[in-house]
Amino acid sequence: METLKENQDTSPKETDILDARLQRRAFLQYAGAGAAVMALVAAGCKKDRQVTIGTDVALDFNKETDVLNYAYALEQLEAAFYIKVASSLPASFTEAQKNYFRDVQYHEIAHREFFKRALGAAAIGNLEVDFSSINFSDGAAVLSVAKTFEDLGVAAYNAAGPKLKTPAFLLAAGKIVSVEARHAAWVRDQISNGSFADLTSLSGLGADNGKGLDAALTADKVLAAASKYIKTKITVSNFTI
Amino acid sequence: MNIVNILEEIEKVDGEIYERLNPRRQAMKDFFNVGKKISLAAMPLALGSMFNKAYGQTTLPTAVVDVLNFALSLEYLEYHYYNHALLGTDVTFTYPGASRAAITVIRDHEKAHVDLLKGALGSSARAEITYAMTDFTVGGAFPVYGNYATFLAVAQAFEDTGVRAYKGQAGALIVAPGVLQTALQIHSVEARHAAHIRQMRNTTEGGGVAVKPWVSLGAAGQANDSGVAAVDDVYAGEAVTTQLNIDITAITGAPDSTARGKAAVESFDEPLDKAAVVKIANLFLRTGFKL
Repeated sequence: METLKENQDTSPKETDILDARLQRRAFLQYAGAGAAVMALVAAGCKKDRQVTIGTDVALDFNKETDVLNYAYALEQLEAAFYIKVASSLPASFTEAQKNYFRDVQYHEIAHREFFKRALGAAAIGNLEVDFSSINFSDGAAVLSVAKTFEDLGVAAYNAAGPKLKTPAFLLAAGKIVSVEARHAAWVRDQISNGSFADLTSLSGLGADNGKGLDAALTADKVLAAASKYIKTKITVSNFTI
Repeated sequence: MNIVNILEEIEKVDGEIYERLNPRRQAMKDFFNVGKKISLAAMPLALGSMFNKAYGQTTLPTAVVDVLNFALSLEYLEYHYYNHALLGTDVTFTYPGASRAAITVIRDHEKAHVDLLKGALGSSARAEITYAMTDFTVGGAFPVYGNYATFLAVAQAFEDTGVRAYKGQAGALIVAPGVLQTALQIHSVEARHAAHIRQMRNTTEGGGVAVKPWVSLGAAGQANDSGVAAVDDVYAGEAVTTQLNIDITAITGAPDSTARGKAAVESFDEPLDKAAVVKIANLFLRTGFKL
């Protein structure tokens, strides 16, 4: 228990609570009895507050599990964002947009929980996120951040994929990245119809319109771009292919 | 002997030399390390070796060449499908709204993919597939150039097949990380295309088909969500809900069993093996030109 530290935010965040509840429910369903007891204790101690591993995270991409942990970290970030969005969808959203944002939320939770289970004991802890810069009641702002996360996710997977040497893990990442690309395309079209694959606008993330290539960005740059939304310090090494 | 001058000379005829060399940083490093030790007379040999590595034709393993040629075949098909839709004199439908611009974006990407793969393969590239070798109507069954909704339905099948095909070949590229990354960068572009085509089908002119941007379950819970039974092969195996022995239906957070099943299918795109893709591609190639 000493490795767990309570989120110091004074105002309880509704989405964090939802998130924590969901994680606990899933955890209880699937973890062994001992782990379940631990989770119960944690839930009891940290009632309705986000439970966060306080230590910094250092990922070495020469270890395949750390490449998967990198994906797990990004999926945690995305899931936390969409859980918060779906908990109070902007009034300006159409019914179709609301439904698809709920869909994306389910997808990202599935990705997060998939990595958590696949990694087992090797999984990093819960990231502490910071969405204080986002106005969640503003539809345009939500779409803009969603676009950032989806495009960044695609760029991250495309650059990190070649660090996976086990075919089953590479395939799993491939199964997820195309779903992220579908999200990215849809979100982009909500902002500006026809921008689904505007690779020129993605050149800063490593895309090349002339070659028809999507974004690909090394983990250091991805994390730097995402750092304003992540409080937990994550460092990476050996990420170039 | 100044290597910078040499590279600049090459750049005049090949603007991409630095990019070709860049993924081969190790080759450069090896070269320079060796260069310190070898005599001036041996330099041309070492240089030749470095450029071989950069241009790759002689160093790509056969399995990688096969994957790239397979991808090239699919890109030719996609390119011709869209290019003819934009330029063909027998195209009788009209493009509503921004659809022509979207199809142009997609066509341009497919052309770029053809050129990129041809360039990477060099003399190992397969023979060109021309429009005349194709039959996208499949013997008249699909009026793809006479009916906009049909055109989009088959486009969706093409794009979703492309996404599945690249995914199915990724494992064979683990031996060539640089090539793998490029393949992944093509793969996600195809997924973006697929998502947009699916939305185009939502429009009244596009047929008003209720497909999502992501691959979901069909109305009757079947793997094929396209609404076109003739393309069942394109979606075979897409209804998987278990990944690495993990039951995804249990971890989506969706509210009920129907939603959980859909979310589990939607959150992971499935691969398609080469034989299955070849079977689909051959539908659109005339006798004598099949893969």
